[in-house]
Amino acid sequence: MSRTGVAATAGAQQGALEKLASRVLELANKEGADAAEVSLSRSSGLSVTVRAGELETVEFNDDQGFGITVYKGNRKGGASTSDGSEASIAETVRRACDIARYTEPDDCQGLADPERLAREPVDLDLDHPWPVSVEEATELAKRSEAAALAESPQIFQCDGAQVSTGQGLRVYATSNGFLGSVVSGRHGLSCVAIARDNTGMQRDYWYTGSRRHDLLEDPEHVGAKAARRAASRLGAGGVSTTTAPVLFVPEMASGLISSLLGAISGGSQYRKASFLLDSLGSAVAASHLSIEEQPFLPGAMGSGWFDSDGVATTAKPFINKGEVASYLLGSYSARRLGMTTTGNADGAHNVVVSGNTRPADDLIKDMNRGLIVTELMGQGVNGVTGDYSRGAAGFWVENGEITGPVEEITIASNLKDMMMNLVAIGDDPDLRGGIRAPSMLIEAMTVAGG
Amino acid sequence: MTDSLQAARTVLWDAAGMQQSDVEKMLSRLHSKDLDIGELYFENQRFESFSLEDGIVKDGVFSVDRGVGIRAVAGEKTGFAYADEIALPALGNATDAARSIARAGSSGSVALAPVGGPVARYRSIDPIASLPQDDKIALLRRLDSVARAVDPRVKEVNIRLVAAQDTCLVVAADGTMAGDVRPLVRLDVTVLAEDKGRRERGFAGGGGRFELTRLLEGDTVDGFAREAVRLALVNLDAIAAPAGPMPVVLGNGWPGVLLHEAVGHGLEGDFNRKGSSNFSGRIGEQVASPLCTVVDDGTLAERRGSLSIDDEGTPTQETVLIENGILKGYLQDKHNASLMGVAPTGNGRRQSYAHLPMPRMTNTFMRAGDSDPEEIIRSVDKGIYAVNFGGGQVDITSGRFVFSTTEAYLIEGGKITAPIRGATLIGNGPEVMNRISMVGNDLALDTGVGVCGKDGQSVPVGVGQPTLKIDEVTVGGTAA
Repeated sequence: MSRTGVAATAGAQQGALEKLASRVLELANKEGADAAEVSLSRSSGLSVTVRAGELETVEFNDDQGFGITVYKGNRKGGASTSDGSEASIAETVRRACDIARYTEPDDCQGLADPERLAREPVDLDLDHPWPVSVEEATELAKRSEAAALAESPQIFQCDGAQVSTGQGLRVYATSNGFLGSVVSGRHGLSCVAIARDNTGMQRDYWYTGSRRHDLLEDPEHVGAKAARRAASRLGAGGVSTTTAPVLFVPEMASGLISSLLGAISGGSQYRKASFLLDSLGSAVAASHLSIEEQPFLPGAMGSGWFDSDGVATTAKPFINKGEVASYLLGSYSARRLGMTTTGNADGAHNVVVSGNTRPADDLIKDMNRGLIVTELMGQGVNGVTGDYSRGAAGFWVENGEITGPVEEITIASNLKDMMMNLVAIGDDPDLRGGIRAPSMLIEAMTVAGG
Repeated sequence: MTDSLQAARTVLWDAAGMQQSDVEKMLSRLHSKDLDIGELYFENQRFESFSLEDGIVKDGVFSVDRGVGIRAVAGEKTGFAYADEIALPALGNATDAARSIARAGSSGSVALAPVGGPVARYRSIDPIASLPQDDKIALLRRLDSVARAVDPRVKEVNIRLVAAQDTCLVVAADGTMAGDVRPLVRLDVTVLAEDKGRRERGFAGGGGRFELTRLLEGDTVDGFAREAVRLALVNLDAIAAPAGPMPVVLGNGWPGVLLHEAVGHGLEGDFNRKGSSNFSGRIGEQVASPLCTVVDDGTLAERRGSLSIDDEGTPTQETVLIENGILKGYLQDKHNASLMGVAPTGNGRRQSYAHLPMPRMTNTFMRAGDSDPEEIIRSVDKGIYAVNFGGGQVDITSGRFVFSTTEAYLIEGGKITAPIRGATLIGNGPEVMNRISMVGNDLALDTGVGVCGKDGQSVPVGVGQPTLKIDEVTVGGTAA
């Protein structure tokens, strides 16, 4: 029951897909499009879940996608399909052209300006296939689960240990001369542990993810960490409603960075749906905070040499010493704002945070009394006003020491105040995703509990 | 054979030149004596949307996703693979991958027979073709004017009109053969209002499993436009929300998201089979106040969360989850029902052929009580009245859940007073359900905008409830 080399053919398909992209652009032209952009993707992967020492689920993923956007003058139409057959692609092109008969003209619509298109492919070291068999993946997941169960007698079961691997090919081409393709992969291992005592049950998880399987954390490390995290939450108490400093661990702090970047992205600026409207050059965060985009980090999760408009990405600061140095703009939002695209039509490509950096453990001492947030729940972030109110769980700190787990609490403030009142960041950036957030200590928030 | 099964066969088999005998052969290849479920799920999803921004319909998108998901289940083991096209060679490869969990070789032949009993809960129509394209554009433009005409403080209007048709056909080694054609339409209006430098957004929308023309009847869509504006304007005047535990009155309809989070997810069969839910093993126990009766009902005509059959071919039903506060039952798909020794409840759902089915909600709501909604408000000296929510989340193991208000007011001395800024409410499912002290006589279901996420899969759902009072919930405001 093995199937090795899940996606070893992705690279071999590259040339064929690039040729197909060119043919589709010609077809769109024949169907009456003045301009067109096309994206084609192929991906495949394997995901294995183990529970109670046995293989529970094995999933083989094998996806293809085709999407086209056509322009007739300043009218736009889009269509997509999962069916990569030539007949289906031709039908999809016709559908996109048909849609463009009904949409209305918009001067800002259209392909990226040719001079902004990326010209030089950059090898970003994103493609490291992991030819793992189902048996091997199962064994790794079993080791992780076993380590979780062995870590603490309070772990009565795991809600699955999972190993996944995937590899994909993405081709993007435009009728004004861009053709780019990227082959990339990502692999991961995760474990969910459930702890129980006479106060109830608690779950928590840990995961490791990388573009290179040899850089994944050991299965035992992942399992044991998931177990410790779950067990440490047992017997969680409440918090009396108060105002206190709040320390976001890196996994939670990434959400703060996302909200900040969302507020200075072109879409929210031209829609006036931002709590940082017209903020270019203004101070929006503590003066020690800088947030930079670094698109060319080898092997990083967010690396890319062109954005979803085909525009060249660039390394640059978004926030420099607390001030907005650049919005995140794609071609459309840039035209709407009378500006130039920044190569961020699809967001930021690796975000690196710097500032008043302290050893992560010292942040707890610095805080002295307050809340460490290890979990956030719900969607209570208003991007228009910056109002922030979310469910939280974590640990309470008194006199610089953790006194115990807390849950069923809310934390609330406004993102503008939170960013201005950022006291310090940790030396612990989370490298598993595109946003490399460190711990972030906020001076004061309303903490409410029962 | 039902009309919908016949229609599904036409779209999914005839168009691909596939015969029933080909499918039966594929099922025989999948089947083995140690498999409990061997299933092929054929699907064709068509989707169209038009979006208006800045007063013009600038975006239109059409998509078709089709393929076949193949599932093999042996005891607690599941093997799954899918093909992105409906063609025999791709199907054969995916079948061999999925059945790799089986120890024994292929065995026996399979003969398909239509599943008996499903009642159509909606008509097998194509909503995309139910309104001419020009009329769709005209509708969006007209609603833009309606929204802007309400108040000069309206600065931005975004409207999206979506029509989708999902045709599916499920066949299994036990002979199951069932098909469905599912229409789904939706209209969303989002407005941004600005006054004295302050900006707020408001959202309203709805839809169901019917033609687009149905949305045009009466005042429905104009009502969405005006409601979105009303909400944005209310929030322009909102003051800081209070913080801490206090009485909360929830309005009827969409605030039923409470039941979806506090009760529904925790009663899904997979979590309870595995013992990972805080409702596990508690059938027959008091898990809510005696005023509470909560049901999941997939049979309601033309509702967003309704299905004639679930994605495993089981006809949907009304399932009583909690009756007068006592836990009565779980939501089941075939796999978990069989492992728990109970009957499936028609709740086996999947996002698409490329996803595994699992127990999911349909329309989940609380039955009406006796109280007059105004009397419920009057009973609160100091608390909040929450009538609109952005969404929620639950940790089914501990029972903790949240949901975040988008329209709420202070209650002071039994009267609704100032609107308050968005705040998250947090509680523990059974604890909060036990603190429900009044239930209104005004049951309403939502307008048809719910999307439920679980394990990365999204499915349309409905929620509803009467006005109700919870004696104490933690409110996450900033005014301590």
